[in-house]
Amino acid sequence: MNHLVIAPLLLPLLAGILLLLFRGIDLRWRRGFALAGVLGQLVLALVLTSAVADGGILVHSLGNWPAPFGICLVADRLTAWMLVTTAVLALFALAYACLGTDRAGRHFHVLFQLELFGLSGAFLTGDLFNLFVFFEVLLIASYSLLLHGGGRRRIRAALHYVVINLAGSALFLIAAGLLYGLLGTLNLADLAMKVAAASPDRLPLVRAAGLLLFGVFALKAALVPLSLWLPGAYANTSAPVAALFAIMTKVGAYAVLRLSTLIFGGPLIVDWLLPLALLTLAVGIVGAMGSDRLRAQVAYLVLASVGTLLIAVGLGSAAGIGAGLYYLPHSTFAAAALFLLADQIAAQRGDLADRLEPGPVMGRHWVLGVLFFLCAISIAGLPPLSGFIGKFLILRAALDHPSAPWVLGVVLVGGLLALMALARSGSLLFYRATEGATAADTSTPTGAALGLVGGLLALGVAMTLGAGPLSDYTSASAQQLLQPVDYVLAVLGPHGEARP
Amino acid sequence: MEALLALIIGLLTAAGVYLLLRARTFPVVLGLSLLSYAVNLFLFAMGRLRIGRPPIITANAQGYADPLPQALVLTAIVIGFAMTAFVIMLALKARAELGNDHVDGTHEP
Repeated sequence: MNHLVIAPLLLPLLAGILLLLFRGIDLRWRRGFALAGVLGQLVLALVLTSAVADGGILVHSLGNWPAPFGICLVADRLTAWMLVTTAVLALFALAYACLGTDRAGRHFHVLFQLELFGLSGAFLTGDLFNLFVFFEVLLIASYSLLLHGGGRRRIRAALHYVVINLAGSALFLIAAGLLYGLLGTLNLADLAMKVAAASPDRLPLVRAAGLLLFGVFALKAALVPLSLWLPGAYANTSAPVAALFAIMTKVGAYAVLRLSTLIFGGPLIVDWLLPLALLTLAVGIVGAMGSDRLRAQVAYLVLASVGTLLIAVGLGSAAGIGAGLYYLPHSTFAAAALFLLADQIAAQRGDLADRLEPGPVMGRHWVLGVLFFLCAISIAGLPPLSGFIGKFLILRAALDHPSAPWVLGVVLVGGLLALMALARSGSLLFYRATEGATAADTSTPTGAALGLVGGLLALGVAMTLGAGPLSDYTSASAQQLLQPVDYVLAVLGPHGEARP
Repeated sequence: MEALLALIIGLLTAAGVYLLLRARTFPVVLGLSLLSYAVNLFLFAMGRLRIGRPPIITANAQGYADPLPQALVLTAIVIGFAMTAFVIMLALKARAELGNDHVDGTHEP
């Protein structure tokens, strides 16, 4: 039993509770405390990564109840990778929020920590029902974060987001109940064994439950046709929240990956995943080309990045999954950088905000323009930033797949069209700005805000420079995922397979 | 008994889905509630229907009722309760801010 595994759960929970208790004290102290909490979370995630890097799987049984009877938390390479990505992203999003967004409503910092608590829990848990609970935790925090600051458009988007996610939660419970009714367990490792040994007359129902779960996770990941909620929700919330939400779709992708490798191996899910992921990428790109607002465009690019990521997962091979895992943090950071930058651009344009129409010349337009250019080549996947390596790895993995022409065609054409869409936005925002006319009462963007965008882009450079070790780690994670026996043995113990 | 329960769950789900697809927030909230009732009954039934059995195995018990789905359903009820409260508050706020109770916030007769 390793207590390190539960630490990334406890830290944001305690930080959130303390922030709620001491909500009366000066905002500067609360900001400092929240930032220190996220920094601590990052350190814990890195320590956890170094602990699982050798291929070990750490298990923490809550209350020391042996699995499969108690709830357990499991950390493997994939979990640690997701935790590090989340913590890094959260650090930037929170730092940006501390520049002023957190004043727009109450309890921002509490909700932010609880969101991290839900995210960490979803990545760490080794129990299906517990996964549902952590999904609800992160969702209810996300509902409130989405609404943070208020406003008509935000409320309308939040209403759609909340209702569709509640319907998704109902489906999740039905699937979990069905699996428990059929197999008598909710522990993921135990489920993996029981599904493999399910009697033929129960197999159709088990498969139905599996596909139902896939539907729920596809809704969270915004896989077409369950993606209609995403653009509205992401385009209308405040910038740091949208940046943090860049990881939310990846939670769905993580759950799909975990489910399809651990429990429902074989073609059950993967056969559905690849065509839908290709469609998601196509819809995302078409949406990005047709957007009339910059933030809606970025939201559609998030959709496209989910498509690309799930294409990699849908290839089903170790090379594909490894490539997807390398692409995951890149696409998260790039989308977050664009959301933050779009907020800075919108702040410079007065009433026009982020609408894609020629407007006044922006303050510090040189810096904004260069950052926009870098963000665009990063998210479209051009060298020298990490998006190129991620896409290259995915395409290389796709070469031996039967549907390689589709994958190559859609990903490459999609990349080109994304670049065209962003080039159009960039030229409308920067080149066709009216000289002389400046929007009234705006201040130039602060160095701190632009520094944070630059920092997120620098992560892309760092991921390029460290591409060797990082892609070694992700392909090792993929190998580990495709060996679910190790996971089952780690959770249930060496005698687990003999247990009736 | 099983057929009756299945019928009830089916009816609740059908009514819930129908209401969920309505254009006003009040029926949508009711639909979500009905759906969560159906789900709770379904979860409960997954421990199989047994009457008058203890949830704990003892030496002289004739059988037992599975306690785990009961615990699960309790969790689901609590979460569903909180979510319903949240969505009601959100619907009220949307009514106040948007001026009408259409889910898209658009004005129409």
